[in-house]
Amino acid sequence: MKIQNLIKVAIAAIRRNKTRSFLTMLGIIIGVASVIAMLAIGEGSNASIQEQISSMGTNLINVMPASRNRGGVQQGRSMSQTLVVSDIEYLRNNSDLVKAISPEVQSSGQVIFGSSNWPTQMYGGNEEYTYIKKYEVASGRIFNSQEIKSSAKVCLLGQTVVDNLFGDDVDPIGQSIRFDKIPFKVIGILEEKGDNTFGQDQDDIILAPYTTVMKRITRQIYLRSIVISAYSEDQISQTSTQIEAGMRLAHKLKDTEENDFEIRTQDELISTFGSISEMMLVLLGSIAAISLIVGGIGIMNIMYVSVTERTREIGLRLAIGGKGKDILLQFLLEAVLLSVIGGIVGVVLGIITSNTVENIMGWPVLITSDAILISFLFCSFIGVFFGWYPARKASALDPIEALRHE
Amino acid sequence: MKLKKIIDLNNLNKNYFVGAEIVKALRELNLSVEAGEFIAIMGASGSGKSTLLNILGCLDKPTSGDYWLDGKNVNAMTKNQLASIRNTKIGFVFQSYNLLPRTTALENVELPLLYNSSISNRLRREKAEHALEAVGLVDRMKHLSNQMSGGQQQRVAIARSLVNDPVIILADEATGNLDTKTSYEIMSLFQELNEKGITIGFVTHEPDIATFTKRNIVFRDGRLIKDFTVENRLSAQIALKELKDEEAFLEEQENLNLAYI
Repeated sequence: MKIQNLIKVAIAAIRRNKTRSFLTMLGIIIGVASVIAMLAIGEGSNASIQEQISSMGTNLINVMPASRNRGGVQQGRSMSQTLVVSDIEYLRNNSDLVKAISPEVQSSGQVIFGSSNWPTQMYGGNEEYTYIKKYEVASGRIFNSQEIKSSAKVCLLGQTVVDNLFGDDVDPIGQSIRFDKIPFKVIGILEEKGDNTFGQDQDDIILAPYTTVMKRITRQIYLRSIVISAYSEDQISQTSTQIEAGMRLAHKLKDTEENDFEIRTQDELISTFGSISEMMLVLLGSIAAISLIVGGIGIMNIMYVSVTERTREIGLRLAIGGKGKDILLQFLLEAVLLSVIGGIVGVVLGIITSNTVENIMGWPVLITSDAILISFLFCSFIGVFFGWYPARKASALDPIEALRHE
Repeated sequence: MKLKKIIDLNNLNKNYFVGAEIVKALRELNLSVEAGEFIAIMGASGSGKSTLLNILGCLDKPTSGDYWLDGKNVNAMTKNQLASIRNTKIGFVFQSYNLLPRTTALENVELPLLYNSSISNRLRREKAEHALEAVGLVDRMKHLSNQMSGGQQQRVAIARSLVNDPVIILADEATGNLDTKTSYEIMSLFQELNEKGITIGFVTHEPDIATFTKRNIVFRDGRLIKDFTVENRLSAQIALKELKDEEAFLEEQENLNLAYI
């Protein structure tokens, strides 16, 4: 039989049983739609996490104090005091892979302006701090080295702090605010950055010279951490190795002694989150794949029923000159058509579902052409795989027996 | 003028195995059929007439002996070759019509030609329309098979058997599901087709149906026991008219009786 006739015959058979064909397809439709939607949600959250992490600076390396053992008592990390300002000078002078480096100190407290007040965090850094942490100055300026040297009481405000302290008609720059009873002059405002991966508001911040924070607020000589920018993302691990060696020398650690500091990179963060979202993706994908397989079994089931029910039709087709191959192809094509049509409807439904989820739940979704292609190919495969045995059964019928079938 | 031999069976045997037992369905059968014949194949159930029909229709192969169909030896053929032979040389009519449900008369008639890739879409349609014309259903081409009466369905089936211009039409109890009047109508159609030169093999166990044919062959236990030309061949057309007259008479009588009461 010619292939176009074969397709005609298969379509006619599908149309002869509209309700049943639709119900058979439903399994595939739901399967494909869920594959598309689940992958879209998985990929979407993956992409948004990646984006947020890289907004924190992918070249970022953090040096933190390690928790230490003092007389048998394990100290918490915040209690550990091992990093000092001189480490920075040492690293700057001895590590050629370091592009920018800044100390980081931090203190929580209430900021006051006029009758308004707001609980926030003050971070202290040097003039490279904004570059390393990917902050932009929206208006005003960053403090200069002179102001750092003199522990000047100047600061930059994050957008959240500005919103909570000042009215719309007040220009914060040049105003004087109080943090921990110390007056600071506002010299700049930071560009809005939004929430980070952990849901922290990155704009709820006051930035001041580290010298000011250390001398006037925390009154400590130890740093919370050292933040470093590498030249590129590829050089992160080399740079970390160099920093580790430099820090050991700066702290005069013996070979037998463990590091009294810890180096963290965004790489680790990305790979941690990457593996979590990968896991989620695999999980979602396998649930969806299971529903596709169940849909395929539905097709096989219906095709078996169909072959039994249409035994006389098969007998007739064989009697009037249909070859075994014609019958096999007809039933196979019916199964493939059912699953492919189901697949097309499923893709459309999946895209609609993903967009609805994005609009209603506000989840980020990302429909990749890969997901569509994969589920589509999978569908055709399912049609052939699950259609083969019933079709084979149909083609192997004996025409005499089949014609006699009641 | 010698007529063309369509079917020639020489020493044909057909055995079945039922468990360990051998059933001899056909024994030492010699039969020849010439173009234009109208044969009734008769016999009780189990006599071998269906087996013969299956073999004649190339659905089954004999155990031994030769079967020549239209000058070709069918014994040596493969499954696919047999399918092609059925497609081009044989027309089947079944007791239960075997039409595709929810499919138009035209599509049902076109079906055998779909399996012949040398026939174009246009030619297929033309031939199907022609066949429906021959059975008097040209005005019902677009009707669905399940919306037709039994007689009409059997006419569609006959059109389907005609569509490939077969050398012989094989009918298996083609009137078995129909009432007497419709049976006569169908037999009248077969007679009409036979007049046009179409060879017909007709399996039946009803003797009155067999009287409409030209030649009767009777089987018993796998053997051909009688083979004779029908002497007083009836015209189904006339029988149908008589039947109608009789019905009219009976109805009249009934009406009279009713009036009398």
